[in-house]
Amino acid sequence: MSAAWECVIGLEIHTRLQTQSKLFSGAANAFGAEPNSQACAVDLGLPGVLPVPNREAVAHAVRLATAIGADFARRSVFARKNYFYPDLPKGYQISQMALPVVGPGVVECALNDGTTVQVGVTRAHLEEDAGKSVHDLLDGFTAIDLNRAGTPLLEIVSEPDMRSAAQAVAYARHMHALVRWIGVCDGNMQEGSFRCDANVSIRPAGSETLGTRTEVKNLNSFRFLERAIEFEYTRQVELLEDGGTVTQETRLYDPEADETRAMRSKEEANDYRYFPDPDLPPVVVDERFVTAVVEAMPELQHVRRARFVNSLGVAPGDAAILTNDRATADWFEAAVAAGAPARLASTWLIGEVFGRLKRDELNLEHIPLTPERFAGLLLRIEDDTISGKIAKRVFEALWESGDTADEIIEREGLKQITDSGAIDSLVDEVIAANPSQVAEYRAGKTKLMGFLVGAAMKVSAGKANPAQLNAALKAKLDI
Amino acid sequence: MSVVGNRELHQLTLTEQSAALSAGEISSVELTRHCLARIDAHDKTLNSVISVGAGAALEAAAVADVSRTEGDSGPLLGVPLVHKDIFCTRALPTTCGSRMLESYTSPFDATVVERLNAAGMVTLGKANMDEFAMGSSNENSFFGGVDNPWRAGTVPGGSSGGSAALVAARLASVATATDTGGSIRQPAAFCGVTGIKPTYGRVSRYGMIAFASSLDQGGVIATTAEDCAQVLQAMSGADPRDATCSADPVPDWLAAMRSVKDLKGLRVGVPEEFFADGLDEAVAIVVRDGLAELESLGATLVSISLPKQSLGISAYYVVAPAEASSNLSRFDGVRFGHRCEDPQDLTDLYQRSRAEGFGSEVQRRILIGAYVLSAGFYDAYYKKAQQVRQVIADEFDEAFASVDVIAGPTTPTVAFNRGAKSDDPVAMYLNDLYTVSANLCGLPALSMPCGFADGMPVGLQLIARAFDEERLLNTAHAFQQATGWHAVIPEATS
Repeated sequence: MSAAWECVIGLEIHTRLQTQSKLFSGAANAFGAEPNSQACAVDLGLPGVLPVPNREAVAHAVRLATAIGADFARRSVFARKNYFYPDLPKGYQISQMALPVVGPGVVECALNDGTTVQVGVTRAHLEEDAGKSVHDLLDGFTAIDLNRAGTPLLEIVSEPDMRSAAQAVAYARHMHALVRWIGVCDGNMQEGSFRCDANVSIRPAGSETLGTRTEVKNLNSFRFLERAIEFEYTRQVELLEDGGTVTQETRLYDPEADETRAMRSKEEANDYRYFPDPDLPPVVVDERFVTAVVEAMPELQHVRRARFVNSLGVAPGDAAILTNDRATADWFEAAVAAGAPARLASTWLIGEVFGRLKRDELNLEHIPLTPERFAGLLLRIEDDTISGKIAKRVFEALWESGDTADEIIEREGLKQITDSGAIDSLVDEVIAANPSQVAEYRAGKTKLMGFLVGAAMKVSAGKANPAQLNAALKAKLDI
Repeated sequence: MSVVGNRELHQLTLTEQSAALSAGEISSVELTRHCLARIDAHDKTLNSVISVGAGAALEAAAVADVSRTEGDSGPLLGVPLVHKDIFCTRALPTTCGSRMLESYTSPFDATVVERLNAAGMVTLGKANMDEFAMGSSNENSFFGGVDNPWRAGTVPGGSSGGSAALVAARLASVATATDTGGSIRQPAAFCGVTGIKPTYGRVSRYGMIAFASSLDQGGVIATTAEDCAQVLQAMSGADPRDATCSADPVPDWLAAMRSVKDLKGLRVGVPEEFFADGLDEAVAIVVRDGLAELESLGATLVSISLPKQSLGISAYYVVAPAEASSNLSRFDGVRFGHRCEDPQDLTDLYQRSRAEGFGSEVQRRILIGAYVLSAGFYDAYYKKAQQVRQVIADEFDEAFASVDVIAGPTTPTVAFNRGAKSDDPVAMYLNDLYTVSANLCGLPALSMPCGFADGMPVGLQLIARAFDEERLLNTAHAFQQATGWHAVIPEATS
């Protein structure tokens, strides 16, 4: 990005909440059903219907507020945003305006280059989604699918605290991981469960005043978010450097052409005539509800990551990988709880287990290994029953069968040789079988030690304890 | 012809019909047939019902009669009624008095309908009304005006004009109704019947097509307070489908009113503003006589002042259109209701469907509502009106510290001639002068007949504290035990 122009970015993130039913009706909140099969009288906006708020959606707002250290409004108000569109059945969307459910908070996000950015969250509010207009299904007609109408969204609005596309992506990724971590949203971007609007403006570097912004709508991948911001930045810089001005407008990103295009300008914008929804009393939440929700929340991602490092001794890089999602962290902790040494468990999980999952094209949900059997293997490494090399053989066997590590080691006779008498006789055998090499070694060619250890290991079929073998061989040769 | 004692069936109150049914003197089928015959005979001139479901009604009546032989004995079992056409019904179309819904049938029953069906009541048909409940004369119905049974050519009031007229004409002993700014009480007053608008939240609004959500409340029109209580009892109570519906337990109003002997100890507040300029002199005299009757029953009249009441109309005509403009957005020609022929594009579809589907009063209120909510005007109108609402509520609270009910005229005049005010919306809106405040503050209020002025009925309005319907019903019941105004039947339909 040009040094002369600073980019200023704020994001609005729409997360579809994980609930059984819709925000104000009993219809199912699920993606992918037959068109219009999950829309009840309330979703269709039939005459006489009334909305009833979904408590689980409110609980999700409590979870988000807790996770970002924001205030949860004990009293929030639903408002109507009025506009006409065929996929908006009531002619208004129920949202929140003056009194949103989540107040200001702040999150710290890590970038790939090791830097971090602090992003303020202005507010988050509950609102219902609209239905979907499908323009390419019926020739000459627009089809309407109201399955999505009324599904619950939590819109998270940030401060204009990001200064580059990379920072915006870091923030979006952070929030994406966070909402999934606390179980608020499934994060499925293809299905539109997590989508971003980016507000982008530029200003001369060092300036404190904000430039005129454009809003790029409905970005449903991190790459599109990054590309759209970069395109907008370049477009606005060129506009201003050519003596033009930026128009405040809504734009759409076209991934095919990799560019943004104007959708509507501020002048064309609707007057939404917001007012408090008289069908819905203010949402008043008591302390008991909040406490119950907060107490049932999982340990937060950054807290768990720090604990893995500080209490379990996991390397910081590994801890970050293990806490990428809750399922991985839970699996790891289950192994530790079953007795696995934490540091060994983290390297084995990230190296061997993830490698094997990838090779088998599986995810953790379908792993054929239990944390307990995994711990059983690591314990035999830890107590020197088997070497690391043998352990890899046992690991493959563990993966293929339901047996424990001990059963495999026993059956296949893989137990490490640690008896000093047995090791001594191994050493004697190797010395006797390789007189010339022994002589050369004793004459000063000490790098032959490796050859001799290897020969002894081969004789033991890889089972000799390498450290003991080394020491015994050295002791006999160095006489 | 069936008679009970020496009276025809329609001359009985609901309570009396119920007693005759349970005594086996009449069957529900018989009573239902009688009502259907009355509708046939009188409604060509009255035009009080939009649709009649004779077959379904007789079937329901037969079912009720069988239930009774099987031991069912609810007080409403087998009693016929008419629902205001604002309540959604599966069995009959629900038009809301509008061309927009001329051929609309709801896939579900309103909670009120569901509960009265469950109580065994028999639905005869749907009552005429001002379009989307907007009006004070029933002249705004797409299905034509309704005659006041007391004098041909006069209006029955509105918006529940059909409900009030048909009860006055004894086509049924009871009808459901709704009240947003006086729409139960004003027509009840004009037609000489008793109507109660309960506390906001007492009756579920689910399936009651919304006009102004924060003001709308379902209620009952009947000939007596006792009959109102019978039906209201079955309609009221918590509904998980309406977030604004109160979870407060519903008291046994009937038991309470039947134990009332007199009005000793009752403090009746009489606001001087309700008798100031604008009130017809003949009406004032009749209402004062009614108040004197309350006094003679033991009540104490207390003169009070409610200076902020005069702000009610202005606040009401901001809040109600604002909510209406949004509530009526769903009638867009896309999914249900009227759709214009051959729309050229989306805007054309919206504009023509709505211009053709809505009558002029509805369009006027949508325009006013959209205006007062628009950017730059919201604070000056909508927000200010909500503040006024609070000011009026505070004034009521203060008054209710020293009185139990507030009493006065329901309307400034008796029923006027058709067409007399249809070109002057503001004159029409002034009909609601005494009634809108109860809606703005969610208070229960009742109108009962207290005499005649120029041969036309006059209504006495009672307003009580929130959720104190009991006081209204007891007071009205005591009054009706001592007077006969409620029992006078218009000659043309006697």
